[in-house]
Amino acid sequence: MPQLLTANRLIDGRVLYWRGGGWVENLDEAEGFTDAAVADTALAAAKEFVARNLVVNPYLFEVKDGRPVKEREIIRAAGPSVRTDLGKQAKYGSTGTTSPAAPERDDDVSI
Amino acid sequence: MYRYDEFDARFVAERTEQFRFQVQRRLNGELTEDQFKPLRLMNGLYLQLHAYMLRIAVPYGTLSARQLRKLAEIARKYDKGYGHFTTRQNMQFNWPKLKDVPDILAELATVEMHCIQTSGNCIRNVTADHFAGAAADEIEDPRPVAELIRQWSSLHPEFSFLPRKFKIAVIAAPHDRAALRYHDAAVEIVKNDEGRTGYRVWVGGGMGRTPYLAYVVGDFVEKPDLLGFLEAIMRVYNENGRRDNIFKARIKILAHSIGEDEMRERVLREFQEIKTSGYLQVPDEERARIAAYFAPPDFERLTDEALPTDGDLGRWIVNNVTPHKQPGYAVATISLKPIGGVPGDISADQLDAVAQLMDDFGLTEIRASHEQNLVLPHVRQKDLPAVFARLQVLGLATPNAGLITDIICCPGLDYCDLANARSIPVAQEIAKRFADLDRQEDIGELKIKMSGCINACGHHHAGHIGILGVDKKGVEYYQLLLGGSAAEDASIGEIMGPGFGEHEIADAVERVVDVYLKLRRPGERFLDTYRRLGMEPFKNVAYGEQLHAAH
Repeated sequence: MPQLLTANRLIDGRVLYWRGGGWVENLDEAEGFTDAAVADTALAAAKEFVARNLVVNPYLFEVKDGRPVKEREIIRAAGPSVRTDLGKQAKYGSTGTTSPAAPERDDDVSI
Repeated sequence: MYRYDEFDARFVAERTEQFRFQVQRRLNGELTEDQFKPLRLMNGLYLQLHAYMLRIAVPYGTLSARQLRKLAEIARKYDKGYGHFTTRQNMQFNWPKLKDVPDILAELATVEMHCIQTSGNCIRNVTADHFAGAAADEIEDPRPVAELIRQWSSLHPEFSFLPRKFKIAVIAAPHDRAALRYHDAAVEIVKNDEGRTGYRVWVGGGMGRTPYLAYVVGDFVEKPDLLGFLEAIMRVYNENGRRDNIFKARIKILAHSIGEDEMRERVLREFQEIKTSGYLQVPDEERARIAAYFAPPDFERLTDEALPTDGDLGRWIVNNVTPHKQPGYAVATISLKPIGGVPGDISADQLDAVAQLMDDFGLTEIRASHEQNLVLPHVRQKDLPAVFARLQVLGLATPNAGLITDIICCPGLDYCDLANARSIPVAQEIAKRFADLDRQEDIGELKIKMSGCINACGHHHAGHIGILGVDKKGVEYYQLLLGGSAAEDASIGEIMGPGFGEHEIADAVERVVDVYLKLRRPGERFLDTYRRLGMEPFKNVAYGEQLHAAH
């Protein structure tokens, strides 16, 4: 099953996804891995960001048709299902779409 | 309420600056995550699904209007405009940034608040009866004892690295409103046959994956001996508690593996040793000094009013107002369980408005209850209509205290890194299902408690109806438990059987309640009927034909 690579940003805890040797916030923009060896290489590369104190707890998780298999990752990617005005869903729309929504009040912290 | 002395203020200020330096060192790479994690946890800072979560201590649930306003300010400035009251009488913010947390702690310190010992393997925030100082049935206000324990246990060098966390509750009334028997240790203020006040001390309760009820280990501990006796318990635990297995590390495992007699003997032996080596006694004057902080307000000489029992106001009074020990006064519960809302959540605007209400009605303190509601402990009965009208405007007048929609519910998988399933949406669905107030009042006292994982922050073992969210291959399922109680008739709920799917659990609860309504005898609560009839009649209908029980 294809996998995505995720972590939390150290400075604010925000959920990040791996793409092209760096990180994006939107799951729809994440890089999918169908080859386990390539995924492991990316995970090793992600750990360099841990060593540089930019992210914590990187790990791989499974997706099907580009969507997380587990509820936990669906919620991490979107935000609380009971507060759709908060989290990534407020900024990017619900997972599975990239339609813009009213931006969440935020001061973005990039790495 | 308790006010910081010079030592308290300096201690909290120094701790804040210490954490500021630790955060700085983490962000600039001097500390690894492994090194930093125990430090942040000691300051109540977790990393959850979407962001960090900061847990703020509310000792024995007591807050002032000034503190409410500060929480509102923090919610707006550093979080997303709301906070969440927990089953430990604490408040949690779900979205703080690590870089901001030292500033948040500094803000909290200005109103005598902090996050110390809201996590970690230490003695946690001490909880108490949320009706303390007001309840008609209490012997005395339990909060001075809770405060004494708080001071003793704060940064206690011997008990800062226990085998596992340790939770203590204090009550002083025969009606247990603090889930005493589900605590690692508990102090019950009692009178002996001679009419002297002392402490019945309990040990070994807990929820989690292995629920146990506490038993009595000290029948009547004299007042000056309390800390010495608690120290004996902590030493027995510290020495004998299992550190090799996190799932068996709580004192409940020790207490119930060695048994009541052996535990009692070990504690008493340790207590004797402590006494002979010169132990900590609390002098009368020190207890009096602390008790003075909790002196009741200057009650007016009033007489009890004839309170309405019908209409919107009357129903709120019937369900949310409790007798006060002082004539002409009442205890008013502000439900944080609006139908379809998130149990325990409160917006910054509501926090500010409740603070204003307190000021306007001369109310100096408010309580957070372990049932995730707020309590105004000293309301003049004649003010009840005006207080109710104000709460209605604020969306805080839901008249459901103690009814089926007053559901205890943990944050679950919507926020929590440990959760296996969402709990809030299920609580919302059940509340909507039973929204009709006539139906709720007909059902009567029925406590639903729900957790999104086996750690049981939502007290599912103690629910008349308990619900536990579980994960089966990435899909959420919900186990139903019946017959639990956290009150003086404490019991552990029994698991009904296989779990229900997300869209089945509310149906199952409704069927169980319908069976109760059909089979109850006059005056029987749901819990009484369950205890009389057992699981079978409820189980027979819960798994209806259209329900697909999971495994």
